Amino acid sequence: MQKILNMVAQRLTLGLLVLFVVSIIIFLGVELLPGDLAEAMLGQSATEETLAAFRKELKLDLPMHTRYLEWLFNILQGDFGKSLANGREISELIETRLSNTLFLALFSAFIAVPLSLTLGVLAAMYRNTFYDRTVNILTLSSISFPEFFIAYILIFVFSINLGWMPSLSNVSPETPLGERLFVSLMPALTLTLVVMAHMMRMTRAAIINLLASPYIEMANLKGLSRARVILRHALPNAWAPIINVVVINLAYLIVGVVIVEVVFVYPGLGQLIVDSVQNRDIPVVQACSLIFAATYILLNLTADILSIISNPRLLHPR
Amino acid sequence: MDNKPESKHLLEMRGLRIEGQSGEEWLEIVKGIDLTLDRGQMLGLIGESGAGKSTIGLAAMGFARPGCRFSGGEILFDGVDLRELRRKDRRSLRGVRIAYVAQSAAASFNPAHRLIDQFSEIPVEHGISSKSEAEADAIDLFTRLKMPFPDVIGFRYPHQVSGGQLQRAMTAMALSCRPDLIIFDEPTTALDVTTQIEVLVTIRDVVKQFNTAAIYITHDLAVVAQMSDKIIVLRYGEKVEEAETRVMLSDPKQDYTKSLWAVRSFTKSSKPPEHEQVPLMRVEHVTAAYGKDVILKDISFDIHRGQTVAVVGESGSGKSTTARVITGLLPPLQGSVFFDGVPLPADYRKRSKDQLRQAQMIYQMADTAVNPRHKIRDIIGRPLSFYLGLGGAKLEQRIRELLDMIELDPDVFIDRYPGELSGGQKQRVCIARALAAEPKFIICDEVTSALDQLVAEGILKLLDRLQQEFNLAYMFITHDLATVRAIADRVVVMLQGEIVEQGSKDTVFSPPHHEYTNLLLSSVPEMDPDWLDNMLKSKVDSPDIVRSSDIIR
Repeated sequence: MQKILNMVAQRLTLGLLVLFVVSIIIFLGVELLPGDLAEAMLGQSATEETLAAFRKELKLDLPMHTRYLEWLFNILQGDFGKSLANGREISELIETRLSNTLFLALFSAFIAVPLSLTLGVLAAMYRNTFYDRTVNILTLSSISFPEFFIAYILIFVFSINLGWMPSLSNVSPETPLGERLFVSLMPALTLTLVVMAHMMRMTRAAIINLLASPYIEMANLKGLSRARVILRHALPNAWAPIINVVVINLAYLIVGVVIVEVVFVYPGLGQLIVDSVQNRDIPVVQACSLIFAATYILLNLTADILSIISNPRLLHPR
Repeated sequence: MDNKPESKHLLEMRGLRIEGQSGEEWLEIVKGIDLTLDRGQMLGLIGESGAGKSTIGLAAMGFARPGCRFSGGEILFDGVDLRELRRKDRRSLRGVRIAYVAQSAAASFNPAHRLIDQFSEIPVEHGISSKSEAEADAIDLFTRLKMPFPDVIGFRYPHQVSGGQLQRAMTAMALSCRPDLIIFDEPTTALDVTTQIEVLVTIRDVVKQFNTAAIYITHDLAVVAQMSDKIIVLRYGEKVEEAETRVMLSDPKQDYTKSLWAVRSFTKSSKPPEHEQVPLMRVEHVTAAYGKDVILKDISFDIHRGQTVAVVGESGSGKSTTARVITGLLPPLQGSVFFDGVPLPADYRKRSKDQLRQAQMIYQMADTAVNPRHKIRDIIGRPLSFYLGLGGAKLEQRIRELLDMIELDPDVFIDRYPGELSGGQKQRVCIARALAAEPKFIICDEVTSALDQLVAEGILKLLDRLQQEFNLAYMFITHDLATVRAIADRVVVMLQGEIVEQGSKDTVFSPPHHEYTNLLLSSVPEMDPDWLDNMLKSKVDSPDIVRSSDIIR
């Protein structure tokens, strides 16, 4: 147990270090853009004096490292600064958007993960049968289409032709849970179709990879049923690769939703980042990027730790 | 069952044919085998690898490995043809009436579950008993098989239990439903001689106690002589000879059988021991550890030019670690290694190319020691260009010479991939690779353990010839004392990281022995079918030497 705790602590430190480096990159990336905030905000007609005054107000006249450290310390205290577009607190702005994005990601994950694991296990059990091929072709086609295309097809079928679902997924903090689930079902389905192939195929491959192992042959020679051989003997040893793929896809559900959010006009973080880029609202872009990076790092860390823990040799040392 | 049993035997195979897939084709790998087995009988199946032993063993369960299929004949178990049964009915026999004990228990137990769960799964899944009954039975069987701590050992995971104990646990697992027939597929091949005896005794007791029929598959004649009532010799999927064990041992009829029996008689050409001032390789007071685990404790021995020093001991005794220290892969904590009187840097990265060239290595698993995507030309050519800077026509010529030396036709083999070679041929390529560097000293780490006896003998003869030609020194790591007898000039006996005895072969092998050497020597099965019984009797007479772990501490 001590070993595992040490390992978790070690990974956590490493994750924080990566996040620190990422924050520098994000800050520098914005610095490297041509022109500065003041020019961007005031436009080309601004005089030198107004620009200088505005720079002073935004503290842009200070050296870069001072501004970076200030930015970092404020963020560590939960203060992301103010939006340039509307002067609101960024943390406030992000709060509702982030919770919307997390809600959508979680909703999609609840559909996608069990579905793809089940399909993957079944595909491994009945490999090279009609079922296996069908599932493979379907999931592969769904991952091959661009996500906006899938989204429009879903809208075309379910909103326009059948009229069952709304084509816009507008939610506000006051929307009750039932309605919230209903209106976000279409974006969730789109995301599910996008991430499913990867997880399902990794589950199938990880299990099939083990089927030639002596302990699987032994399980067969013990007269166990096919389901038990796969679920009880292959799956527990296949967790490590599966967990990794699942988590990478979960991260994608949070970080990669930009397009789907735009298509369905869903008020999530992706929408916010797109709007802010258009408005040159740089502090908001920086904050969103940092949150995305943190999500990625945290989830990958979780995957690492989970897949190491799924190894009985570590959990039960000699 | 309504229909009258067609066979009065427990198991009967009639004209059994099995095909294996090879690319697009199906090749016959078992060619019309007949055999019968009755309750309480043990049948030995022996032959080299590829003879079809395991395939026939598995066929007795109605099981064909992926890529294999039954193509003819009948497998009658208790009067029912297993090939005719529906999948579900075949499954209900497996584990319940016919059980299997695999070669490597370490690989055949699922690493993710406790032993007792894997044991009780069989009776529970087949609806024979409840989980708690099955667990109680497991503990009872562990006790009867004389496993240590029978009450708790089942609650461990496979990686927490030693190889010998795992093999017994697997035998116990096979007994979980008190089957009529057990297939033992090379159950002791992966074990040390001292552990092997314990497992052999267990298996024999089990068969007697439960009046079970058994098929015992092995390539080790001496083992099968102890275990079986009758023996079938197989070659290329065909039966060569079948007879009662004693008849077969004393009076083999076929030439192939006789050649198998004769293998153990190889001994290397003896030569006068050389006494030189400076030994070629000197290991002096070496202590080495992996992390905090001290593996070697104050090891010292010399290897002289043209000599073979055999290092023997059980797995975990530090034999291979010694090799790693000598080659510089594991820098020792204390002590040093001298080559020709000059101390070698502890870390191989600090050794000169020439120092590296002088000591080469041949490994146990030729399969994993060569890159499967390199042609033989590249495998042997690499050290030639790396150490000797050969290229172009000279390189080609030298590769051909080396292939001639290891008795492989260059025209045939030079452009082949390792996958197209047999195990023995691959090991020859590894020898050629070691020779290519023109070393004075070669470490052979269990080079024959993975090979069949006939093939192994060929390798030993080749190594002996090369030693004569090039005055090579060998450090020969092995746990097989028959090999030691055949090739060694000097013997170093290791136990738990220490040298317990060393000297010339004659001194070590003739009494008085160190008690551990004695245990090792007395544990090697002999062809005499009464050997195991006599051995057990003598253990009863002098109970002081029972296990290696009792000796030190």
